[in-house]
Amino acid sequence: MRTVMTGNYASAYGAKLCRAEVIAAYPITPQTSIVEKLAEFVATGELKAKFIPVESEHSAMAACIAAQTAGARTYTATSSHGLTLMHEVLMWASGARLPIVMTNVSRAMAPPWSVWVDHMDSVAQRDTGWLQFFCASNQEVLDTIIMAYKVCESRGVMLPAMVIEDAFIQSHTSEPVDVPDQELVDSFLPTYAPEYKIEVGKPMGFGSLVKPDQYMEFRYKAMLGIKEAHDRFLRVEQEFKHIFGREHGGLLEEYRCENAEVVLVAAGSVAATAKDVVDSMRDKGTRVGLARIRAFRPFPYDEFKSLGSKVDGVAVLDRSYTFGATGAMFTEVKAAMGSCQKRPAMKNYIAGLGGRDITPKVLEKVFEDILMHCKRGEESEVEWVDVAGLPRRWH
Amino acid sequence: MALMSRTTIPEEEFAYPGSTGCPGCGANLVMRYLLKGLGGRTIVSIPACCWAVMPGYWPSNCLKVPLLYTAFEVTGAAISGLRAALDVKGVEDVTVVGFAGDGGTVDIGLQALSGAAERRTDAIYVMYDNEAYMNTGIQRSGSTPWGAWTTTTPVGNSHGYKHESKKDIMAIMQAHKIPYAATVSPAFPEDFIKKVEKAKNIKGFRFFHALSPCPPGWRTNPSLSIEVARLAVDTRIFPLYEIEDGKVRITRKGKGLPIIDYIKVQGRFQHLTEPEIEEMQKAVDDAWILLLLKESSGT
Repeated sequence: MRTVMTGNYASAYGAKLCRAEVIAAYPITPQTSIVEKLAEFVATGELKAKFIPVESEHSAMAACIAAQTAGARTYTATSSHGLTLMHEVLMWASGARLPIVMTNVSRAMAPPWSVWVDHMDSVAQRDTGWLQFFCASNQEVLDTIIMAYKVCESRGVMLPAMVIEDAFIQSHTSEPVDVPDQELVDSFLPTYAPEYKIEVGKPMGFGSLVKPDQYMEFRYKAMLGIKEAHDRFLRVEQEFKHIFGREHGGLLEEYRCENAEVVLVAAGSVAATAKDVVDSMRDKGTRVGLARIRAFRPFPYDEFKSLGSKVDGVAVLDRSYTFGATGAMFTEVKAAMGSCQKRPAMKNYIAGLGGRDITPKVLEKVFEDILMHCKRGEESEVEWVDVAGLPRRWH
Repeated sequence: MALMSRTTIPEEEFAYPGSTGCPGCGANLVMRYLLKGLGGRTIVSIPACCWAVMPGYWPSNCLKVPLLYTAFEVTGAAISGLRAALDVKGVEDVTVVGFAGDGGTVDIGLQALSGAAERRTDAIYVMYDNEAYMNTGIQRSGSTPWGAWTTTTPVGNSHGYKHESKKDIMAIMQAHKIPYAATVSPAFPEDFIKKVEKAKNIKGFRFFHALSPCPPGWRTNPSLSIEVARLAVDTRIFPLYEIEDGKVRITRKGKGLPIIDYIKVQGRFQHLTEPEIEEMQKAVDDAWILLLLKESSGT
């Protein structure tokens, strides 16, 4: 069914198509329409699930953890402060190897209060052991939820995933979305049947105390799981393409990167704007491209390494900031490209915090700056784009 | 003389030897009697607390029921999730239990507990109350009684001890209008198990407040744990009662002994002066009168 819907409804339809069995959620702007829609699906019987209207996001994740341990497929959605309140139990979910799927509507952190987009909340969960997928369209939000369950529930992975939409730009903006038939999704995604679950008659302990001579092995296995998720995702997306007739570009989507002199690296909704800017600059004869990070975890190191040896300059746009260091995406890209034989010139651009628009003009300036940067040589590593009344460069 | 009457306590054990609890641990008996009352079709969720350690290191488990270990503050949410999963799978004959200490209940876990009770979650929540953060080494909690020494209410020059009274968790639960709440004591196992068996057959959110003597924390002789628990009831510091559909019923009136009998055997109260003990006695007397009034007025 081809229709028009917001990113939030795309999330809700994604969870419904995956037949989530337990949904526990707490309202937060701008996530609310996801859980309102799901509550409605459950109330009308369109979705056979239990909806738990918990009293906090921390409890939402804790309830999902318990339900998933008992063998139910679970889903939740949150944003910014809700996500960071969950931090402790996010670690619990991955440590317990539970393939929970969650939408995070990425929103800035307070203070000062802001309900608008940036990626600080998501990026701050980098080390929780969750797979993290940034989406650039509402279609991709829906499709990624379906793919995420399949990847996460596979035996070699068994880890949770966060599907990320940008606040308002995606959550509240309508786009054409193809909602696949339930039968097709059912044929793609089998019923959740974990190898272990909590049940009477089997007196096992889930999450018990381990000694130092065993703890590292548990963590090592989780590391192998997220490593496995890299290749698994690529295979799952090909299978998805075979059934549904579309894909979104693997873990790192390259747009017109062939023969590019410089590329912009970005994640989320800004990619759509960036593609337009790439097209118009290419029309004028400037060889630019876009490398869009879809998976921040697992990070596509190999993809970046091979991209890095083909270009002269790389501009990494971070919609968040890691205080006392560079932007988190820049840090990763630089690490990935550090071992390239011919290392490109690299620069980090901090932009679009707290919902500030990243316009085509801003991106053109970034492209022009990185082209100059290749010629000048590296003088500064990080630039805060479009900040009024402040020194722009930071060393 | 007739044969000794048989006890009503079920013989089947669900708690095996091998718990790593301290000698004289009241919480061991609370778990043991609870499971005797509930039987084997039970799933227990345990947050950070003594019982998170007591079943043993992975892969050991001294209990005959499955355990879900969780973070400190989530017991109310965890039992909600377990119940929802069982419901959606059509499993109806399993009792879901949250088993948490006093800190995990009246302090850090109070929000999740309140949420689970308000949502009428079909589960049993047991607070085993050793009256401080015992697993971390005797730090004060909201459930530590007035006058008690703990490591964070040290007795120094300023005559320090806990100067705030214990949170009344039973009143908090009563205010949530849950169908059943009861106090239980390991010194009165028949009363304990009778209440558990009753609660098992009630649908909705059920709550138990179990006093759980802690020899290291209360500074008592491990051989006296049952005696101390019995004195708590007989001095009416910890009356045994139940609240069914809002109606209070005292199940054991106790002997009405002076509280000095209870506090003199515990090192944690040794610093109290006579006037302070009198003040404590008055608070206990007042609470008892209030409980009698609640019972007679049917509230």
